[in-house]
Amino acid sequence: MGCADSLGAISVNVAKRTFDAVIVGAGGSGLRAALQLSEAGLKTAVLSKVFPTRSHTVAAQGGVAASLGNTTEDHWHWHMYDTVKGSDWLGDQDSIEFMCKKANEVVIELEHYGMPFDRTDAGKIYQRPFGGHSMHYGKSPVMRSCAAADRTGHAMLHALYQRNVRAHTQFFVEWMALDLLRDANGNVLGVTALELETGEVSIFHTRATIFATGGSGRIFYSSTNAFTNTGDGLGMAARAGIPLEDMEFWQFHPTGVAGAGVLITEGVRGEGGILRNASGERFMERYAPNLKDLASRDVVSRSMVTEINEGRGCGHDKDYVLLDITHLSPEIIMKRLPGIREISIRFAGVDPIKAPIPVVPTCHYQMGGIPTNYKGQVVIPKTGNPSTPVHGFYAAGECACASVHGANRLGTNSLLDLLVFGKSAGESVVADFKAGQLEFKPLPEDAAEKSLARLARLEFMKQGNTVHDVRLAMQRTMQKHAGVFRFKDLLKEGVTHILKVAEDAKETFINDKSKIWNTARQEALELDNMIEVAKATMISAEARKESRGAHVRDDAPDTPEHPNGRDDENWLKHSLWFSEDNHLEYKPVHLKPLSEDVEPIALAKRTY
Amino acid sequence: MQTSKRTVQFKIYRYDPDKDAKPYMQDISVELEPTDKKLLDALVRLKAKDDSLSFRRSCREGVCGSDAVNINGNNALACLTDVDSLPQPIVLRPLPGLPVIRDLIVDMTQFFKQYHSIKPYLINDEQPPERERLQTIEEREELNGLYECILCACCSTACPSFWWNPDKFVGPSGLLNAYRFIADTRDQATSERLDDLNDPYRLFRCHTIMNCVAVCPKSLNPTRAINKIKDMMVSRAI
Repeated sequence: MGCADSLGAISVNVAKRTFDAVIVGAGGSGLRAALQLSEAGLKTAVLSKVFPTRSHTVAAQGGVAASLGNTTEDHWHWHMYDTVKGSDWLGDQDSIEFMCKKANEVVIELEHYGMPFDRTDAGKIYQRPFGGHSMHYGKSPVMRSCAAADRTGHAMLHALYQRNVRAHTQFFVEWMALDLLRDANGNVLGVTALELETGEVSIFHTRATIFATGGSGRIFYSSTNAFTNTGDGLGMAARAGIPLEDMEFWQFHPTGVAGAGVLITEGVRGEGGILRNASGERFMERYAPNLKDLASRDVVSRSMVTEINEGRGCGHDKDYVLLDITHLSPEIIMKRLPGIREISIRFAGVDPIKAPIPVVPTCHYQMGGIPTNYKGQVVIPKTGNPSTPVHGFYAAGECACASVHGANRLGTNSLLDLLVFGKSAGESVVADFKAGQLEFKPLPEDAAEKSLARLARLEFMKQGNTVHDVRLAMQRTMQKHAGVFRFKDLLKEGVTHILKVAEDAKETFINDKSKIWNTARQEALELDNMIEVAKATMISAEARKESRGAHVRDDAPDTPEHPNGRDDENWLKHSLWFSEDNHLEYKPVHLKPLSEDVEPIALAKRTY
Repeated sequence: MQTSKRTVQFKIYRYDPDKDAKPYMQDISVELEPTDKKLLDALVRLKAKDDSLSFRRSCREGVCGSDAVNINGNNALACLTDVDSLPQPIVLRPLPGLPVIRDLIVDMTQFFKQYHSIKPYLINDEQPPERERLQTIEEREELNGLYECILCACCSTACPSFWWNPDKFVGPSGLLNAYRFIADTRDQATSERLDDLNDPYRLFRCHTIMNCVAVCPKSLNPTRAINKIKDMMVSRAI
């Protein structure tokens, strides 16, 4: 089936494809959702910009949290407590209960799918300790992270893909979704998508649409994220009128390799590593006289950004500091830090035995996203209910905000999030389908118009701003104005700057006009998505006048009245940013768990 | 650490079927920033200069397997290759033996078809236990050197046997993955898997040339896996 749309001088054939469901993204959450749908016999299309095993889940290392208790005693109540506390109480306790309770089930399923977990002496899944995870409500560390060496994400993504091969899931590999389709009543009807190889556009008309598009860490100059993490789901949702939740909360790691962004573990400083500025000064002595370089992550990252902003950074652009372990003996480095030495040689071009490693606080994970409930349904404010489900629309994984991570995510909870909510979104679609609630809504005549207009603009622009320049301006603006530590004045300026960059992004042009595998066009379309995320982040961050979790402001310091600068009276609420007019709304945090199985975790000052 | 800007010369295979009658080698140079270390950094820099240059890339740290290309005659990942270590002009071609879609982008259909042909998933039809299936540490260690494959296709497209018979010979990557499941104590389909590979082409086109071992960016050894499959066939026959 096909219809001819003509736009200006180009005539585009838009094929219409009909499926029960489309899943956009084939990383961990998309593949987990796909299994539910394929096994239930729904006609499902999974779209992915890259071959599924190239999705960024593949880069996760440390493990996936589950209170299996294989080595130490554990309980999901304790996991829930740790997660709420880690979220600085911004996480929704119903979603957090759901995730922690479901953890064992989804991890065991993975093992049954064939995931090569490491093993204990008893032959069970190996578990290791991780930051922020404890037993008996913060008393002592617990071994909760289920791991396959330091390649857990790779092992997980491949196991999920393999299980989908077995389930005959239908993939559209190297297809990029362009826009979310909604009718006049706001119902979601599917997506438009571009086949990279041919340049052809299709409409995927569906009963249900699941977004599993991952993060968008590439809006920052320095990121641990893959090139493909461009927030496509967030951009598509925002352009279609769906708000983005809690986008001011980004997790940074103090020591990513400058330029490359590859992570250097905190253990380097544990072994005696020292951070130095351009004049060689051990600057942490000024910021944290007692713990110095081993102060907590947010303190260290904030200090590094201050050094860079005040002109004491290193290098041509004065935009990084140095992590120095040259005073340690080569034997200690070879014995304790061999992997870091290898990364440093490979990605910084320096042998840390001989020279310091250039590092910057590096954007790592987006806590916010498309607002969902614990069932994976996308929810928006409507007629007095702040969480009304959008007909036909679901989301899971890093692109969604359930919200389980609140203002700060614990390590190993990201892989758990994508398993639990990927499965839950899939289950919701199957349940809604079987209940007869997912009828096909008619597709408007001009459904593909918006996408074709975006493509036509790129086709006909003869001059303008290069994608490379606008993207770089965005990344530098985000890095400087919405980094790990936020300054009132920088945020204000940042809003002005990013809105200017957003205007520039409307005038991008590409030289390459080829239909065949046009990566220039792809990058321009990705930039449209990243810009939405960047605006959401800057505007939400400027507006939140407190410090909480990863959002730390200079004008909201630690006081007796507001411990850690947190202001529960005014700011214990989720932000919702709308692309139209850049306006913000707020909705309450769910402080009540889902069931009677567990008491609410009462508000308290967050200390470790 | 490279601390200065420098200009690097390239010879790059270019082909856009939308406008080129046939492929050609493009001479192009680019000035690299001090922070540009890897061949992939140079490709990204080149793309800022000429946005029509097409190549795949994603994680840029050697774990997603997107950016395998033929670099000065050897298959490797652009993101793990030091640009300053390469003799110039750096000659870049698409992976050999697969159809070219555009520039450095090859059609990997045949490669994945072979991967899918070995049933790359755990087969165990017993009702799973409530908890995990148990596996000893030693049994799990059998999977090391196998499960880490990133499906980049460096090995299969360096293999003359795969070049001649990409439709019939499973190739080193597919066979490594086949052995990954044969070696897994949780998998019950060893016998069917061996039957499937007991074929003059699917397995036995491997002539132990070992190009696969030489190029694997994850230091895996497909030849060893292939020999283990052959050994199992022999011991099963006697």
